[in-house]
Amino acid sequence: MLDETSRVTLEAFADTIVPGNRRSPQDLAVAGMSPTGGAVAAGAVELLEWDATGLTDGLDDYARSLNGHAHAHADQHGLLVDDDVPAFAGLPFEERTALVRVLTAPGHPEKSLWVLLALFCYMAYDSAAHLHTADAVAAGHPGLTAMGLARPDADGLWRFPAWSYGRPLARPRPDTTASGSPA
Amino acid sequence: MNSVEHTDVVVIGSGFGGAIPAYHLAAGGARVVVLERGPHLAADEYEHDFKLGSSYTRIFDFVVGDGMSVLGGNCVGGGSVVYFAAMPRAPRFVFERRGSIHRRMWPASITRDTLEPWYDRVAEAIPITRQGWEDVSYAGGLWAAACHHAGRTANPVPAAVDTTACVNCNWMMAGCRFDAKQSLLFNYLPAAVAHGAEIRPLHEVQSITGTGDGGYRVHYKTVHDEDYRLTTGEGSIDAKVVVLAAGSAATPVILQRSEAALGPMPHAVGRYFSGNGERLNTAVLNEDRVREVLGLDRGDGLAYAANQIGKGPTVANWDRLDGSLPEYTRYSLEQLYFPPGLGTILALAGGTDPTWFGLDKKEMLRHWRSWLIIFQMIEDDNEGVFGPPPARGNADRISQQMLGVGRLSYKPTANTLGAWALADAECKDILERDGLATVTPWTNDLVGAYTVHPLASCRIGDDPHTSALDDLHELRGHPGIFVTDGSAVPGALTVNPAMTISALAERAVPGIVRAAQERGVRVTYGAPAPDGSTAGRRATAPLVPTLLRD
Ligand SMILES: Cc1cc2nc3c(=O)[nH]c(=O)nc-3n(C[C@H](O)[C@H](O)[C@H](O)COP(=O)(O)OP(=O)(O)OC[C@H]3O[C@@H](n4cnc5c(N)ncnc54)[C@H](O)[C@@H]3O)c2cc1C
Repeated sequence: MLDETSRVTLEAFADTIVPGNRRSPQDLAVAGMSPTGGAVAAGAVELLEWDATGLTDGLDDYARSLNGHAHAHADQHGLLVDDDVPAFAGLPFEERTALVRVLTAPGHPEKSLWVLLALFCYMAYDSAAHLHTADAVAAGHPGLTAMGLARPDADGLWRFPAWSYGRPLARPRPDTTASGSPA
Repeated sequence: MNSVEHTDVVVIGSGFGGAIPAYHLAAGGARVVVLERGPHLAADEYEHDFKLGSSYTRIFDFVVGDGMSVLGGNCVGGGSVVYFAAMPRAPRFVFERRGSIHRRMWPASITRDTLEPWYDRVAEAIPITRQGWEDVSYAGGLWAAACHHAGRTANPVPAAVDTTACVNCNWMMAGCRFDAKQSLLFNYLPAAVAHGAEIRPLHEVQSITGTGDGGYRVHYKTVHDEDYRLTTGEGSIDAKVVVLAAGSAATPVILQRSEAALGPMPHAVGRYFSGNGERLNTAVLNEDRVREVLGLDRGDGLAYAANQIGKGPTVANWDRLDGSLPEYTRYSLEQLYFPPGLGTILALAGGTDPTWFGLDKKEMLRHWRSWLIIFQMIEDDNEGVFGPPPARGNADRISQQMLGVGRLSYKPTANTLGAWALADAECKDILERDGLATVTPWTNDLVGAYTVHPLASCRIGDDPHTSALDDLHELRGHPGIFVTDGSAVPGALTVNPAMTISALAERAVPGIVRAAQERGVRVTYGAPAPDGSTAGRRATAPLVPTLLRD
């Protein structure tokens, strides 16, 4: 299990990737930039905590390192950091965003690590990779709901009885073989 | 200590390149063992589920490299189980390409004409349907209408899909639950098994050594069925002939690791990798403009909003597949569906940075149903190179399934970048016309380029300096080892590659049979198609003598 500092830090990272709405007025991790749930509400930390991702053992290191970068970023830009909160979560949303841009920019020595962390934050939101998709859709998962993923049939499988405009919509290229390949 | 097993032929990998020789050799009477690193799933195990550990992550594999990430199959049936089943033949000019070596890349013996009968053999074995407009998904229809509006043509793409069984679920990458996709599990592989071939899932080959008598010993580790990071044992098996078909991202790695025991590999092993020039663009459609400009209507009040519906690629624009155009300016633009999960992160919101994450990107995701993904296949420059192999397999696995870090490095040249820029501009021209959509290419800045069509890492050719295999697919300097997967294809094809990989594998079989015979294996060549049809065999029979070395 993550300690509170790591959890808040990673939530703040996830919220920078796909921003969401605050869970309470005191919410420190979620900056509240968006009216609907973001990566945190979508379950980013639950996904990261699952050892299937391969990141679980490194999460405290990720958090420590991110807070280290946040301190350096604050120093560099003359920002004040509140010592009572994890440094990354203490940054305003724009500064968190700026720092994530730096960490994931081509040429940054740790780029691949931060992109990997971002990838799982994304996957929590856009595919709910820690949940059965049908359950997630049924439960109103914020990412899948926002994206408009259709509900499956009663057996949990998707089928689309209507799929086609059903009429010719272009002229095929003249240079096409009888079997439908380029000549 | 285990006693070593013996067989006639070991086939490494069970995708197109492995399944086809496995069938013909078994049908001809050879003892064949197929070693496959992934699991063997039955139809009812193909789940509609993005959860880690479902079929979606068990049966495919994502290997991150430096500048290029590769997505491929990881199961019995290989890429045929996860692919989108578009099966076009490569255009004529492809076989005349010169590429980065400035002279013909393909062996002189292979042209579209000489390959045609082998394509036909594949088409007899794997039912490929020439799709009609009624089979074309909304997304394909939209792409066709946009092309037409822009004065272009558009073609329904031939596909190995039984359209009467397809429910247009669009979960093709998780395996086909409805037996509509005509993967190798329906033709070559069961026919191989019926003739006695043995397929061993969860057997990951690590290296090949010699047995001292001209044969080879293939060394494998067995892989845990849920957590692929773990191995459960190891073993080895002796064979007189080895057919290496682990896919373009794995075959060269096995050979690199074998070099210490087998002796020097040809220079081209692990070089000249091509991503088939792939790149994705994402268009976010303006639904009102789709209705007004293109006159499209689903009949339920929606104009489009159907990104999720359908079956992979159904329509392509082939106007640029014109042999009179210069190299690096020819490409196809194919409509595609790419599920969320690994790819969405790479789609860029227009506007100000950051474009791949943050508020604008979240807003773009809200319009996900109105996305249309266009898949470019340009002529790249074969610029990929593999570094020294990892400890095991072809990647250091991170997640229990699916995600690993490999050793491929790919730095696109000006030719490749220029070709992508041309294709990007054309996507924009077609789809932004009259306010239909906003289009952005996927970013290469995060994980580099991205391919599901890895090719050419161990290619055929006439020149020993730039090809690892001769035109019969035998590894130079290592008689009795054949490579028949995508790694043998010399370069980008400008269309989907599985049909060409398969035709080349069919064409390679007579030479492999001959090599086995020379090593004392009682095997003959001449099996019909897996379902017993014989037209393809009759048509290729006159070509067979040209594929045997005296
Ligand atoms: C999502 C997706 C969609 C695609 N859509 C299309 C399409 O519509 N049309 C098209 O033409 N192509 C498509 N492709 C590409 C197509 O699937 C590949 O080009 C084709 O499968 C390559 O065939 P192959 O024989 O070279 O390798 P594969 O089919 O990849 O087979 C290689 C096999 O070797 C196994 N293997 C790897 N390493 C080892 C090892 N060390 N030991 C034992 N086994 C090993 C792998 O698990 C795999 O099963 C798609 C690919 C993907 C991933």
